Amino acid sequence: MTGDHRTLTLLLFSAVIAVTLGITSWASRRRQGSPEEFYAGGRLFSPMENGFAIAGDYMSAASFLGISGVIALFGYDGILYAVGFLVAWLVVLLLVAELVRNCGRFTLADVVAARMRERPVRIASGISSVTVSVLYLVAQMVGAGSLVALLLGSGSGQARSWTVIGVGALMIVYVSCGGMRATTWIQIVKAVLLLGGALSLTVLVLLRFGGDVGALLSSAAEGSGHGRDFLAPGLRYGGEWTHRLDFVSLGLALVLGTAGLPHILSRFYTVPTARAARRSVVWSIGLIGGFYLMTVVLGFGAAALLGSDAVRASDPAGNTAVPLLSLELGGGAESAGGQALFAIVAAIAFATILAVVAGITLASSASVAHDLYASFSRRARSVGGKGWSEVGVARVAAAVVGAAAVGLGLLAQQLNVAFLVGLAFAVAAAANLPVLLYALFWRRFTTRGAVWSVYGGLIPAIALVALSPVVSGAPGALFPHADFAVFPLENPGLVAIPLGFLAGWLGTVTSREAADEAKHAETEVRSLTGAGAV
Amino acid sequence: MRTEDPWYDDALTSGWGEHDGLPAAPGRPAEARPGRGEPGDPHAAVYLTVQRSPAFQQVRRRYRRFVLPATAAFLVWYFAYVVTATVAPQLMARPLVGVFNVAMAAGLAQFATTFLLTWAYVRHARLRRDRPALELRWETQDMARTGAAAAGPGRDRGDAPAQSRGDARSGRRAEALADFPGPRTAREGTL
Repeated sequence: MTGDHRTLTLLLFSAVIAVTLGITSWASRRRQGSPEEFYAGGRLFSPMENGFAIAGDYMSAASFLGISGVIALFGYDGILYAVGFLVAWLVVLLLVAELVRNCGRFTLADVVAARMRERPVRIASGISSVTVSVLYLVAQMVGAGSLVALLLGSGSGQARSWTVIGVGALMIVYVSCGGMRATTWIQIVKAVLLLGGALSLTVLVLLRFGGDVGALLSSAAEGSGHGRDFLAPGLRYGGEWTHRLDFVSLGLALVLGTAGLPHILSRFYTVPTARAARRSVVWSIGLIGGFYLMTVVLGFGAAALLGSDAVRASDPAGNTAVPLLSLELGGGAESAGGQALFAIVAAIAFATILAVVAGITLASSASVAHDLYASFSRRARSVGGKGWSEVGVARVAAAVVGAAAVGLGLLAQQLNVAFLVGLAFAVAAAANLPVLLYALFWRRFTTRGAVWSVYGGLIPAIALVALSPVVSGAPGALFPHADFAVFPLENPGLVAIPLGFLAGWLGTVTSREAADEAKHAETEVRSLTGAGAV
Repeated sequence: MRTEDPWYDDALTSGWGEHDGLPAAPGRPAEARPGRGEPGDPHAAVYLTVQRSPAFQQVRRRYRRFVLPATAAFLVWYFAYVVTATVAPQLMARPLVGVFNVAMAAGLAQFATTFLLTWAYVRHARLRRDRPALELRWETQDMARTGAAAAGPGRDRGDAPAQSRGDARSGRRAEALADFPGPRTAREGTL
């Protein structure tokens, strides 16, 4: 790592910050301060714009650098990840996107609470949405810290901490000042940059092999040191049965969790109609699918051109595979081309982190202000207290959630990013998806069922993690000296997701009150026809 | 502007719990009104009537008949893939052509089926569901506005659904329906 290329990288990082702040100040100049504007950006984005923004929200640095890194180190097992992240979008497209757009306003709780006694349902689903968002946010912050430190070539703990704080401050500014409009445009710019960068690197890799994918795969197998095993599953998730079960659990969480992520759900409210929501999901499936295919090529390319050992030497988790690959593709570590390409890839990764954390912060501030504050403050207002405007609360909530994520991000720095992402998906799948599907599709679903379903997924998911080897009893755990790890898996999805569905069913069948026929009719008619949609 | 989508209908939209088509009060989640959901409530009656109408049941049946089997199929296919990869990696390692093995083929097939199902779903929705759903939307909103639940929707469904009604908005509706892309128009072709 030479000084020149660090200067160039820093210069490009500053450019990214300048552009995103420019977008924020442009968006905040035209804001009107209405919730429609703050949470949904005015609801007038086109399907293509929203499709790019969804892709921008979803393609985190963890997938750009993480999945290609896993492929560079362990070969085929990385593809399993990529497939899970993509197939999840079918759940969103078929079961969730249009119906949620038709009968919600800003958050997940809007959809569920419309059929139920509002307050308990809104509080439960607000709590679970904030939990999922904070977990996902911490994952991204931890990733950002280690990544930026790595890309800037200073692995010191202080550089990491300051990166986490800086990223946190920027995301609070984007969200509090620019709301959904700024966040969406930042996502779009980031998606274009990321796809452009990935596409150029993919073309360069394929050119090296004359367009022959077979040659790329065989030299990847050779460069990995594993031979043919590299092209088949089992290098990472093989071996012990707990590892294999863990992967099945992760697969379940990935495919069912996406449809329960609050920041993905809130994106459907930025387009005018359900049909536009459907078309934006189609755009995003195309973009995300193409992106993961390119990630696979980049991962195998890194194994073929650099060798797995060189990748592992730079970062044991493989996160630097793509930056190192860009150095090589540009003409080598000493060449100007290599350093320029490296700096560009680093800047794209940085833009990716900023955009993703902004999207999540916005969604969690919506849950705090629209669901939790609105539910709790009703009592305050009835005794004569004067409530703040909801958007004002949301702006403050963004700052508070952001600050909390920075604090947790600093504490959790040694935790594995992929584990945290898997955990956020598992909690989303266990606590948010069952209640959403029941509310949309089950006639007899009741308030008690909804509340039980949320807590019945959320509490087991968190408890199982606390009892897992991630928290105690293993060398890399949070408390390595204590041992209360009675649950063998790292990812709670396999147990917690069925529990979430079971609790919802149990709560419903034990309810004393019957489901409200008229409100169910209203939800069903609205969700499928769009009557009365805002 | 981006509002050429015929589903976008800003003048006619109403929030949850609004009986009369006024936009929901800004800044507050819609609150359940006392009396909502009770048998005598005209608002509830509208939605119950629409829900029981044959037109709505057809839309719902078409949606569910496509979506539920498709969801079951892709979930089974995905879990078969993940479980095989974790339980029987030897099977996945079997070579097919050159360096390509079963695992590579299965992974690519997952991508391909995802794209294919996306295309099939969107096509099904566009050809079989969008048009009747859109008509129901307007009828429901009209009924909610006038409280004409007793007449029921679909009372004048025919070859020219929108033109046959004489209220003030039907001109605009007819326009939007004419603008609505029917089957096999070029504009929607790729989606």
